[in-house]
Amino acid sequence: MALLSPLLAIGLTVVAGFIIFALIGVAPLEALYVYFIEPLTQSWSLQDLVVKATPIILIAVGLSVCYQSNSWNIGAEGQLAVGAIFGSALPIYFPAWHGPTILPLMLILGAVGGMAYGAIPALLKTRFGANEILTSLMLVYVAQLVLDWFARGPWRDPAGHNFPDSRAFDDGQLLPVILGDSIKLNVVFMLIAVVAVWFLIRKTITGFQIATLGQAPRAGAFAGFSQARMTLFTFLISGGLAGLAGICEVAGPIEKLRISVSPGYGFTAIIVAFLGRLNPIGILFAGFLLALSYLGGEGAQVALGVSEQITRVFQGMLLFFVLACDTLIFYRIRLVRRPAHQASLRTAEAPHGNA
Amino acid sequence: MQKFLAAVGAAAILAFAAGGAGAADKLKACFVYVGPHNDGGYSQQHDMGRQQVDKELGDKVETSFVENVAEGPDAERAIERLARGGCKIIFTTSFGFMDPTIKIAAKYPDVKFEHATGFKTAANVSTYNLRWYEGRYVMGQIAAKISKSGTAGYIVSFPIPEVIMGINAFMLGAQSVNPDFKVKIVWVNTWFDPGKEADAAKALFDQGADVLIQHTDSPAGMQVAEARGLHAFGQSSDMSKFGPKAHLASLIDNWGPYYVKRVKAVLDGSWKSTQTWAGFADDDIILGPLGNMPDDVKAMAQGTIDKIKSGQFFVFTGPIYKQDGTLAAKEGEKIDDATLLSLNWYVKGVDDKIPQ
Amino acid sequence: MEMLEGPILTIITAATPLLLAALGELVTERSGVLNLGVEGMMAVGAVCGFVAADLSGQPFLGVAAAVLAGMAAAALFALLTLVLVANQVASGLALTLSGLGLSALIGDAFVGVPGLGVPHLHIPGVSVIPFLGPILFGQDILTYLAWALAIGVWYVLFRTRTGLVIRAVGDNHVSAHALGYPVIRVRLLAVLFGGAAAGLAGGYLSLVYTPQWTPNMTAGRGWIALALVVFAAWIPLRVVLGALLFGAISYLALYLQGIGIGLPSQFLSSMPYLTTILVLVVISRNRVLLRVNTPACLGQAFVPDR
Repeated sequence: MALLSPLLAIGLTVVAGFIIFALIGVAPLEALYVYFIEPLTQSWSLQDLVVKATPIILIAVGLSVCYQSNSWNIGAEGQLAVGAIFGSALPIYFPAWHGPTILPLMLILGAVGGMAYGAIPALLKTRFGANEILTSLMLVYVAQLVLDWFARGPWRDPAGHNFPDSRAFDDGQLLPVILGDSIKLNVVFMLIAVVAVWFLIRKTITGFQIATLGQAPRAGAFAGFSQARMTLFTFLISGGLAGLAGICEVAGPIEKLRISVSPGYGFTAIIVAFLGRLNPIGILFAGFLLALSYLGGEGAQVALGVSEQITRVFQGMLLFFVLACDTLIFYRIRLVRRPAHQASLRTAEAPHGNA
Repeated sequence: MQKFLAAVGAAAILAFAAGGAGAADKLKACFVYVGPHNDGGYSQQHDMGRQQVDKELGDKVETSFVENVAEGPDAERAIERLARGGCKIIFTTSFGFMDPTIKIAAKYPDVKFEHATGFKTAANVSTYNLRWYEGRYVMGQIAAKISKSGTAGYIVSFPIPEVIMGINAFMLGAQSVNPDFKVKIVWVNTWFDPGKEADAAKALFDQGADVLIQHTDSPAGMQVAEARGLHAFGQSSDMSKFGPKAHLASLIDNWGPYYVKRVKAVLDGSWKSTQTWAGFADDDIILGPLGNMPDDVKAMAQGTIDKIKSGQFFVFTGPIYKQDGTLAAKEGEKIDDATLLSLNWYVKGVDDKIPQ
Repeated sequence: MEMLEGPILTIITAATPLLLAALGELVTERSGVLNLGVEGMMAVGAVCGFVAADLSGQPFLGVAAAVLAGMAAAALFALLTLVLVANQVASGLALTLSGLGLSALIGDAFVGVPGLGVPHLHIPGVSVIPFLGPILFGQDILTYLAWALAIGVWYVLFRTRTGLVIRAVGDNHVSAHALGYPVIRVRLLAVLFGGAAAGLAGGYLSLVYTPQWTPNMTAGRGWIALALVVFAAWIPLRVVLGALLFGAISYLALYLQGIGIGLPSQFLSSMPYLTTILVLVVISRNRVLLRVNTPACLGQAFVPDR
């Protein structure tokens, strides 16, 4: 059942997609092919899939740690931006530094930046009791504005005719390509993160604490697990991974610090975390599935003239169906005759039966 | 089930392709938009240009577009997808597509690329831009004549050279009618956000401005002006229907003629990498429809447009003083294109600081 | 004083959609359900309201359509979380995502069409009193509805038995169920109310505030509304204050630029968010207030045992 549920959800999404396409006047089978199958048929497309899925999965595994402990980090998008800013400081202030040390330092700084920014909502929660959904979300807007200010103002390319965006980073300051044309080193980080988080949750006592505090906070408190420390810990992890994803985007596909470094990866990662049921392996698959829908959406625009908004509808529907089908796993559905009905049957019988 | 679907899908695609094989000799011209193709503003005007290509060259050319493309890696992917898919000329319509365009152009030397509002070119990459400032100069003149408070409100998006040029041209135009004309500027940090633009418009009107001009794309400001009985200029598309009594003129982007010209050039093999910066002269921008103003103002505006069209008048002709008082251009001296394209100073009389 | 009239009018209208959506979400959360799909419900409300008004030529039909659309979206959410007992956070996010995408699809053909607007109240004589006149008596109908709703929600929640039941269900659904209260039905009605209010808020945006439809015109207001509920410690009259405060600071950020204050526009734009965090921290220090008012079963699934 546990495996059947997501497959059932995918099947239902396909059927619903079929209906939607038919309603808007596009050949349904063809559209579904373009959306979900065609991106898998070509090497360049598979590479694009990996490039697109990697940051989302990286962030989502971090978020899964948070959500399992009932800390709701909605601010991954902001932590990503801050990570990008921190990591980019090095190549921008030391443009001639190309040695083997700058890239690792950039990545570490990026993760540190994300951690620091993620610590803010955590501390506001543990010290002041401020709701972390709210604070982390507000901080996203702030972070994006700060990034905009840096990329447009003090850090913009001096040779850029006063247009925004920093200068392009040089080769030593960029992530190297490790596979094919476009798959870069951040894929390795993503895979390490998936394995590491899996290990953390399944095999360490900290992981046990996280799961316990999430599912039964009182039991956790009695066992001496500190909710406050866990909140901080999980926010640091998810912030750090988001920050790493941010600097990897800058040092990877974007190759400079732009006024915006993410088309919403932090929010997509939340969806992926749930689609993957907060399990790192599930997140891996869910991330690729979602990236597939993005790529398929682009293909559908060109090949079929289908609006780009359908992609979002698909993703929403997929999440809806996964959540609905999950009920099949968590609960057994039985049809029960209502007790009131039975009682009235009994009272109706009594006068006719033996006294 | 999966296999069945795949088989059917493959068959469908083959049938589609076979059907299209007969049309394979049509040139594919493709467009990349940063916003929705029907956003009622910037991207929609590009799409109208694309439709003009369809109309005039439909027998030889087939067009398609990708919309809502985020600048950055997504753009690179979208452009490459078009290039791979057989597009022979690709129009990338936003500044932020500059680097992705150059990158993909290097990989596909046989495909021609046209990048709007950028400054990087290559053997197979042209750039094209519009001299919006010409229209803004005339708008400044109109504003100075119409305004009773002597103050205009200017809603702007981001401090890039094109926007700064627009503000400066507006001020120069206004100052040519009323040397003491004032302008209040609000940066909304977005190209398109109706709610925020409406708020900015209200804030400007509350501070005494009675003519609104915008370098953002939604008609929200025009609607606010209409509700308050004041005046406003439209941007990118004809916004008169959003403010029948408020609308003075709209600065309309007319990309069609340029697109037709360039696609024709590919068709007859004469395409070369160029840097085009067109304005009123080729009707690539249109200031209209002029309305809600006295006839003499209309005549003055039209007169200035005609003078710019014929080359008789160049907006950035000296004497022009910078905000700090220094002389940027002597009497009769024209500021050159290169300076304009990286403009980051205000003319005297503008009461704002450019974020550095 | 005269100078303040314009800004105050603007702030009140800017606060209206936030107020409407937040009040709806407040009732939903008071019954124990966390609905993160406010943004999606507002978007569907906005598009359906605009389409209905445009096709029929009647703005009030648009308002009705917006409310119904919001309720329909909320019903889907209720199906998922109340009947199928799915995770509320995830379901809300799914609602937001689908709502935004669906609204863009539906509204595709209506972009660039000017809207009709909704009439403003004009009481002869009274509305022209300088300053107080337009502010108190010159608003559009939906703004008055929002104010009335705030008072109504407060009254029902804290002065009627219905409100007591809602709060009981939100604080301890097990006990409420044991007492015989129909927990699922109460929550369903609360969720539908939240959807209706969010839909109305969206309709306000596309029919009154900027009478047009553009994709993503809600621009994050649904998230702000969610924030305001927490910020107001689930107290209706505080939601009014919060909405006004947020609206005021957002407006001020733009107004100050016009005056020429010289601060970077990005900093000014971040003021509303920073202020929200600051006030939230200050409010949260009053632990007693929070503990009294936070629905204890917020976000927890309820499965009635036989």
